[in-house]
Amino acid sequence: MEVITWLEWAFDAVLSVGLLWLAWRALASPDLFKAIVLFVSFGLLMALAWVRLDAPDIALAEAAIGAGLTGALLLAALARLRAIAFKDTSVPPPQFSKPQFLHWLLIFFLLWLGAGLGYAIWVLPPYSTGLSVAVAAHLDASGVSNPVTAVLLNFRAYDTMLEMIVLLMALLGIWSLGGFPPHTDMPTGSVLDTFSRLLVPVFILVAAYLLWIGADAPGGAFQAGSVLGAAGVLLLLSGWRPRVSLTQWPLKLALAAGSSAFVIMGLLTILYEGQLLAYPAAQAGMLILFLESLATISIGATLAALFLGRSSDHEENQ
Amino acid sequence: MIPSDYVAVVLLILGGIFFFSGTVGLLRFPDVYTRLHALTKADNVGLGLIVLGLVVQAESWFVVGKLLLIWLLVLFAGASASHLIAKRALHRGIRMWK
Repeated sequence: MEVITWLEWAFDAVLSVGLLWLAWRALASPDLFKAIVLFVSFGLLMALAWVRLDAPDIALAEAAIGAGLTGALLLAALARLRAIAFKDTSVPPPQFSKPQFLHWLLIFFLLWLGAGLGYAIWVLPPYSTGLSVAVAAHLDASGVSNPVTAVLLNFRAYDTMLEMIVLLMALLGIWSLGGFPPHTDMPTGSVLDTFSRLLVPVFILVAAYLLWIGADAPGGAFQAGSVLGAAGVLLLLSGWRPRVSLTQWPLKLALAAGSSAFVIMGLLTILYEGQLLAYPAAQAGMLILFLESLATISIGATLAALFLGRSSDHEENQ
Repeated sequence: MIPSDYVAVVLLILGGIFFFSGTVGLLRFPDVYTRLHALTKADNVGLGLIVLGLVVQAESWFVVGKLLLIWLLVLFAGASASHLIAKRALHRGIRMWK
């Protein structure tokens, strides 16, 4: 199998060089639209790299969130920037005049960080099983058979709890900027309409499948949530807006459900088991599924709400 | 190699040829409309051939179903997305190459 090994080496080499090149081009491109397209391509190649490293869970998350939803968020931000620049010529375009010493400070910090990371990699033992033995030994008690889900939702569930809260905080930050953006009805055309109508049920089905399969195969709340979020983005793009009554407590409930479930579960486990998020082994599988379901809804709602964003006062005055 | 492997190899190579020519077309064709044409050929037929190549080797009907579903979804998304791109290009007054 000599040829296959060579092919794999060649593939990995092209992948690594492509990643570095795309990253550089995305940073150096003066055209913001081009930079975003390059960033999305970078995310897709990064997902391939994770597949090559035998990490399909991260590959799924990278492709869905890193490339897909972040790309959509960046494009939406760019469209807003252009709309402001186009409508109002009295506001001067933002000037980014950086003092020279900031440049050098940045270069110094990056070199320092690069050297630190390089040193950390250099001193790593060439072969190490890491924590995988410990995870495998306790997998039976975790309630799931996918080790990644066992770590994310059981052994280190507080990491996931904090991630959920970070996501919610990001949305709160954006919401503090203003009210809902003014909605202007625009004809989007029958193709996009039909497309979203046919696809959104499929999105929901795929999200449920990813959530369920996460217990024993790559998948889980973040992947499922990002698929739900993508469905929301598609609906928003095709001109759909939630009814005003839905944007009050039903939306807020959906946004806060994941974080609150984690916090309540954390308190209950401290009370009954004496430790944060240490589930009783017999109910672990069910509790994980419960937490993940609520987390999926919250992640999906939060990502779609991030895409919708808020209007600044400036836009409202138009 | 069993006979189905040969079939798979032929289908995968054919699919690869479609993707290659689609990429060449994307890089070399003169305007956005002809490039979309090249791209959708690679996506639709190339991916179809690769999916068929994998279907021949699939272990269960469940995997076959999932692979075919992926192809259908990409067909659907590709056709809609290229329609939207072409429509937007027409709206912005990008002329067709003659």
